[in-house]
Amino acid sequence: MNRIMKPLKPVGIIGYGAYVPAYRLSAKEISRVWRNGQDRNYLPIKQKSVPGPDEDTITMSIEASKNALLRAEIDADRIRAVWVGSESHPYTVKPSGTVLAQVLGIYPDTVAGDLEFACKAGTEAMQAAIGFVGSGMAEYALALGTDTAQGRPGDALEYTAAAGGAAFILGPAEQAAAVLEGSYSFVTDTPDFFRRAYQHYPEHGNRFTGDLAYFLHIRSAVNTLMEELNLQPNDFDAVVFHQPNVKFPRKKAEDLGFTTDQLKDGLLVDYVGNTYAGSSVLGFTAVLDKARPGDRILLASFGSGAGSDAFSFVIHDKITEIQSKAPQTMQYVRREKQIDYASYARWRKKIRMQ
Amino acid sequence: MRKVAIIGLGQTPVREHWDYSIRQLAVQALTEAMKDAGRSNLDALFVGNMLSGALAEQEHLGALIADYAGYAGIEAVKIEAACASGGAAVRQAVLAVASGQVDTAAAVGVEKLTEFSGKFTSKGLATAADADYEASIGLSFAALNALMMQRYMYEYKVPKDDFAVFPINAHHNARFNPNAMFQYDITLRQYRKAKPIADPINLLDSSPISDGAAALIIVPLDKVKGQDNAVEVVACEMATDTLDLANRKNAVWLKAAEKSSKKAYSVAGVGPGDIDLFEMHDAFSIVSVLSLEACGFSEAGQTLKKANEGYFKIDGQLPVSTMGGLKGRGHPVGATGVYQILEAAMQIRQEAPGNIQVPDVRYAMAQNIGGSGATIVTTILSK
Amino acid sequence: MDIPRYWRLRNQRYRLEGSRCKECGSICFPPRFLCPHCKSAEMEPYELKGRGKIYSYTIIHQAPDIFDKNVPYTVALIDLEEGARITAQLTDIDPDDVSIGMPVEMVIRKIYEDGENGPIQYGYKFRPILFTDAGS
Repeated sequence: MNRIMKPLKPVGIIGYGAYVPAYRLSAKEISRVWRNGQDRNYLPIKQKSVPGPDEDTITMSIEASKNALLRAEIDADRIRAVWVGSESHPYTVKPSGTVLAQVLGIYPDTVAGDLEFACKAGTEAMQAAIGFVGSGMAEYALALGTDTAQGRPGDALEYTAAAGGAAFILGPAEQAAAVLEGSYSFVTDTPDFFRRAYQHYPEHGNRFTGDLAYFLHIRSAVNTLMEELNLQPNDFDAVVFHQPNVKFPRKKAEDLGFTTDQLKDGLLVDYVGNTYAGSSVLGFTAVLDKARPGDRILLASFGSGAGSDAFSFVIHDKITEIQSKAPQTMQYVRREKQIDYASYARWRKKIRMQ
Repeated sequence: MRKVAIIGLGQTPVREHWDYSIRQLAVQALTEAMKDAGRSNLDALFVGNMLSGALAEQEHLGALIADYAGYAGIEAVKIEAACASGGAAVRQAVLAVASGQVDTAAAVGVEKLTEFSGKFTSKGLATAADADYEASIGLSFAALNALMMQRYMYEYKVPKDDFAVFPINAHHNARFNPNAMFQYDITLRQYRKAKPIADPINLLDSSPISDGAAALIIVPLDKVKGQDNAVEVVACEMATDTLDLANRKNAVWLKAAEKSSKKAYSVAGVGPGDIDLFEMHDAFSIVSVLSLEACGFSEAGQTLKKANEGYFKIDGQLPVSTMGGLKGRGHPVGATGVYQILEAAMQIRQEAPGNIQVPDVRYAMAQNIGGSGATIVTTILSK
Repeated sequence: MDIPRYWRLRNQRYRLEGSRCKECGSICFPPRFLCPHCKSAEMEPYELKGRGKIYSYTIIHQAPDIFDKNVPYTVALIDLEEGARITAQLTDIDPDDVSIGMPVEMVIRKIYEDGENGPIQYGYKFRPILFTDAGS
């Protein structure tokens, strides 16, 4: 069996765009509220992004997509698919994708759908878009990974559950700034982390989170991808993993033979937190902002439940033209306005009024 | 067209009238006005009201009030033009009589804002604005006026404190009007500390939510000329502007106020210098300023200076809000325009309470403003 | 639930779709069916770019019921580059930092949520221009 996935027609990224809300909540502030500051020496990250009271997955997806369109420089109505990967779609029933299609001028000649696969819904959307373009069903397709993640107040997850995302316009390789070499997806049924219907907050499946979930799935996906493409870790100029905290992606890189140098440009979790479906793809946009023609980039997501999508992209000349056509990811990352826990609790509806 | 006069005045106190319904308020005012006019026959009734449907679940006020006031069967209709409903009803009554079609017409303004809880009231009031492009995206009615005030402060570089003179004057005059809602003085200190509503507008810039009814009886002038209770309506003119504020090039100039006042001056054959007192639409302090400027009583940007020199006080060159205005007497929205004209008529009839009776009034003017200036009715009365 | 209004206005709220007079070229927002300048009925849809400057603003402390939970929030009149003036909420700005003349840009945000069960209405708001040096 051919384990690697390659579209019939070569596919690449025509445009990409990021979005991170302006607001930050420091881990210290969360610790002050719930741990009396006593866990200050082992906080998982420095701070996380918090969406403003009028932001959600749809609004963040809109801004990320507009940035992607600025870079792609195509008429929006040539996009034939809108796939929004998220675990925080504002509606349980009613697609986020239709709002996007209407706002961006992609409607009505398009498919639109919402995907959910915990933190890998964004790369899942990319896989779907690659398939659509690669099969010839669409000239262009829009894929997004965006989340406004919710952590239960006082839970360890609250330190990291953040908001942000990235959008990608996939299209023919000859127009692309980053061309797909191949991808591989690895999935098993692993209840490491889940949220049941009608519940506000997720649950951890005991200690499945690490070895059996994050590490196993990313390792399997990345190793298979490299094997099939006949590549070694040092063939890549940059590597981006799903980043639920600082420790996991660092450990993962080390285990797989990547250097911290390869990891650093795409590792944003310390500044913005874990943006769930947006996490790995947001890091990927930061890498694209700095990429040079000829670079090879590895992107590997992880989604609880569980699975990992791994991609290898090769950067083409067009990258230098499009990098500065829209705000860069680090501009959003650096735009930070610290808020206190009280504002966070009010905005994120942690205070029950009735 | 024949000349017309007001010969009957009737009003209820402006209050939170928990114990009276719309029909009771309207009937009280109309009955008093008919009695004042010494008449028993009425041919047509024009009811100025804005929110009876939204707040009391009652429309079709014309027939209802005609019936309850004892005039079942006459021509009767509700006139709506937001806060200018009262003035618009008077205009219709004036036209009806002037045309010769009707011999005795009544204009009744009535409003009951306290029928539901406050949140419905502010939602109701916001319907005076553009529902699709103003109210539905978060603008309150005060917010629209605040946008004008902020811009005015910016263009003419005036501090907010300068506006205090209008509410202070209105409250001061209201002290002597037994029908006024607020019969007490306020101070600059209180103004500075007042609760913000839509910054820079605070509570003391704003006229209160209130209930009330006022009525005028209008007849041909020739039949009553020389009578003590007859006051000639020398002009009653209406003009409109864009409903939304955004579509006006200059948000600090009330074009409809300028138009309607110019028409009124021209019909009456007078100019701003001939006016002896002005019942203005001081729903918010900024509206006083803009109304005075558009009517030619002061230069654009100079009004606050003039006001702070005492020009608009009861003993100043142009007394305004002599019975308390909207700020002191209260602002029962659809009734306000009728109260204003009634008060101007009382001044001409020398029936105002002693302390606020302006001496030797020849021409008195009233201006009723709907929305953020979209409908404006200017009325000039004379002996 | 004013769903018909929201649905009918969605292209205006999402994309600042105004109108342009084919006769005299004047641009309007909201769109009009008759040109307010030359009375022509030849109007075509025209998408505004969504950049402009604050003409005036107010900080709302007492809001209509459905916006009650959002106070204090800021609304402004904004002079758009194309010449039309629009009324909109501001977002991502401390009310104390707003000033007349401030350059702003359009973003799509939640305007309001109709309770826990009703529709979420999205539409234009404006924020200070985020990156004057996009890409640098």
